[in-house]
Amino acid sequence: MVDEKTCMYCVEKVIGSFYNERNFTFCNQKLEMRVEMNYRNLLKGGLAAAMAFTMAACGSNSGSASGSTDSQSSGDAGKTAFKLGGSGPLTGGAAVYGTAVYNALKIAVDEVNAAGDVQFELDFQDDAHDPEKAVTAYGVLKDNGMQMSVLTVTSSPGAAVAPLYDEDNIFAITPSGSSLAVIYADASNKTGSYGNCFQMCFTDPNQGSASAIYLKDHADLGTKIAVIFKSDDNYSSGINDTFQAEAKEIGLDIVYTGSFTEDSSTDFSVQLTQAKDAGADLVFLPIYYDPASLILTQANGMGYAPTFFGCDGLDGLLTLEGFDTALAEGVYMLTPFSADAPDDRTQNFVKKYKDLYGETPNQFAADAYDCVYAIAQALKNGNATPDMSTDELTDILVKQFTSMTYDGVTGESMTWAETGEVTKAPMAVVIKDGVYVGAE
Amino acid sequence: MMKNFISKLFDQKLRSRTISYLLVIIAFIILQIMSSTGGLSSLLKSLLVPVCCYTVAAIGLNLNVGFSGELNLGQAGFMSVGAFTGICVSGVLASSITNPLLRLIIAIVAGALIAAAMGYIIGIPVLKLQGDYLAIVTLAFGQIIKSLITNMYLGFDENGLHMSFVENKVSLGAGGKMLLQGPMGATGTQRIATFTIGVILILCALTIVYNLIYSKSGRAIMGCRDNRIAAESIGINVANTKMLAFIISASLAGAAGALYGLNYSTLVPNKFDFNTSILILVFVVLGGLGNMTGTIISTTILMLLPELLRSLQDYRMLIYAVVLIVIMLVTNNAFLQTKAAKLRESLIKGKKGAKQS
Repeated sequence: MVDEKTCMYCVEKVIGSFYNERNFTFCNQKLEMRVEMNYRNLLKGGLAAAMAFTMAACGSNSGSASGSTDSQSSGDAGKTAFKLGGSGPLTGGAAVYGTAVYNALKIAVDEVNAAGDVQFELDFQDDAHDPEKAVTAYGVLKDNGMQMSVLTVTSSPGAAVAPLYDEDNIFAITPSGSSLAVIYADASNKTGSYGNCFQMCFTDPNQGSASAIYLKDHADLGTKIAVIFKSDDNYSSGINDTFQAEAKEIGLDIVYTGSFTEDSSTDFSVQLTQAKDAGADLVFLPIYYDPASLILTQANGMGYAPTFFGCDGLDGLLTLEGFDTALAEGVYMLTPFSADAPDDRTQNFVKKYKDLYGETPNQFAADAYDCVYAIAQALKNGNATPDMSTDELTDILVKQFTSMTYDGVTGESMTWAETGEVTKAPMAVVIKDGVYVGAE
Repeated sequence: MMKNFISKLFDQKLRSRTISYLLVIIAFIILQIMSSTGGLSSLLKSLLVPVCCYTVAAIGLNLNVGFSGELNLGQAGFMSVGAFTGICVSGVLASSITNPLLRLIIAIVAGALIAAAMGYIIGIPVLKLQGDYLAIVTLAFGQIIKSLITNMYLGFDENGLHMSFVENKVSLGAGGKMLLQGPMGATGTQRIATFTIGVILILCALTIVYNLIYSKSGRAIMGCRDNRIAAESIGINVANTKMLAFIISASLAGAAGALYGLNYSTLVPNKFDFNTSILILVFVVLGGLGNMTGTIISTTILMLLPELLRSLQDYRMLIYAVVLIVIMLVTNNAFLQTKAAKLRESLIKGKKGAKQS
């Protein structure tokens, strides 16, 4: 199999040989491009590239055909296996999340297939975290005969395709699309839920209220609370809104609230000084791990050591390049998944993921892993067979999901409301000696 | 009589125009037949409207870059203005105008008008200057629009519109609806865009552009492009002439944006970033500057290509890039161009010869 590096080399060679002379003039306000080509070189380079691509294409086919999860290996399997679709960012800026989900889906599908009760055939498409691409990816999935789906990995593509799933009445459960717009047609009023779109993760607002309740129950972490959130980010401001509302209700003492934006996300000395002056002994950070790492560094620099508490956005702090993980010691995080949980399922999943992909699975991967098992459980309990129509399957799955309880790696005895929201116990983890440890 | 009419349609002056119209209409008829017989895959169906939108935006950009000779790097900014205007107009009118077609048309017109107004405002100072200043200013315009909409919260209830900046301070009455939610953009939009309206929009864009460039103003636009001093010396107001082309270009992008925005139930402001502007510029450059038929074809091909290459999995974007380079090289190859010109000549001669005999 030819790897991408070889391909890139060939492409470079071809392009290099084309250009004996290249004029890119911009005079007289006309865009002109003149290229003189050397035909012999062109032929040679072109042949090399063509060969490389043919080999690469063959290589990629044979390489992935060995796994039962390949989207190409359709054929006659349609009668015996359920077609499980889904899309996520395998390229682009959010590719980390999409790849984690895809990897976990492959593991889960292989395990479920090996267990034998339910057979899946996975068809996962790239949507590059773009609603437009997600809609075309949905078209591809539908053409390939998808019967149920893990929706999308990220929120805004999920919000774009959810109405399509609703229209075609195909069951979908997103591992990590946490926005309300994924399950509600009118998210601002929380009305018009699709009914066939479910979530495996907490919604953004839920994380805020769950954090507030957790802090109320664990007063030993700190009682005077400061909040630093990112005002131009939907995830962060969404959590902050519900956190503040819930805190007021249950009587948490919030002594300081500071905000920052994308453009001011490099210097936090003002917010930290004000939080310190206000006497805060706990700082709530409903933000992503990138700015959080800077906050930790700067707080350390000014000798301010409160307890830091964050949500699932902080997942990734330990793998951040160039960040001194010693600073993350003692950071609390509200997340449904901790990779060091002692139960067999989690350990088995974490070990498999590490063996296959060389890193500890994050929360996105765990949610995706649970999605497959939850669907498999629902299909099995509902006595569904792959030759049923999608309408029948959706009926069965919706009925099962709203009535069953499911135990997975991201929580015990989960239940789903008819709106598609999940109810599971939030879990706090704390970073100790560079690894996540379950708090409690 | 009929023969005369047809031969007139294909003569030197009208040929390119007729070919453009025919291409769009024939493609539309074929796709309609395929869709009614169920021969159209879901993938292609989902691409129909976006292709129409990008085509209209690219036709507009081609007028500006190809005929007016001013580089515009903010076409996506104008699309963004049109898209969010269209979504807001459609959302506000949802209860009063129940006919989706009428609402769509009003939204498209509103999008086009607001985008044109934006174009006028930034055109006043910039088009008076010589050089590539329009490129710089439109580049900035695209960024400004993106961050403006990212920070804008707009809600609608029975008391009218409510707006706030940076923080969401909008509190709505019963039955109110948030139209824009900052970084989330617009969610829960009714999808009322149709392929038929998209094709009609392309035909409208072609009519506007062709009628403009074959008119007196059109010749003035090309005169300003080719020799500004000569154009000024015969009394043409260069700034106003360029403004005409720029505003029409912006309004076409706005109309395309409105159609695009109403085709998806959610739209984030980050969609219309610098990359989208460049993408549209690539469509124009590959299709040929000043060549509308080429623009339509290149937009269609480049939109379809990455989706049709999905079966190649990881290699698809790599091959997409290579195809892009190869098309660039082939279409700009002097050898092939002279061959094509000869072929065209001999075809026309053959036709004329047949007619004479």
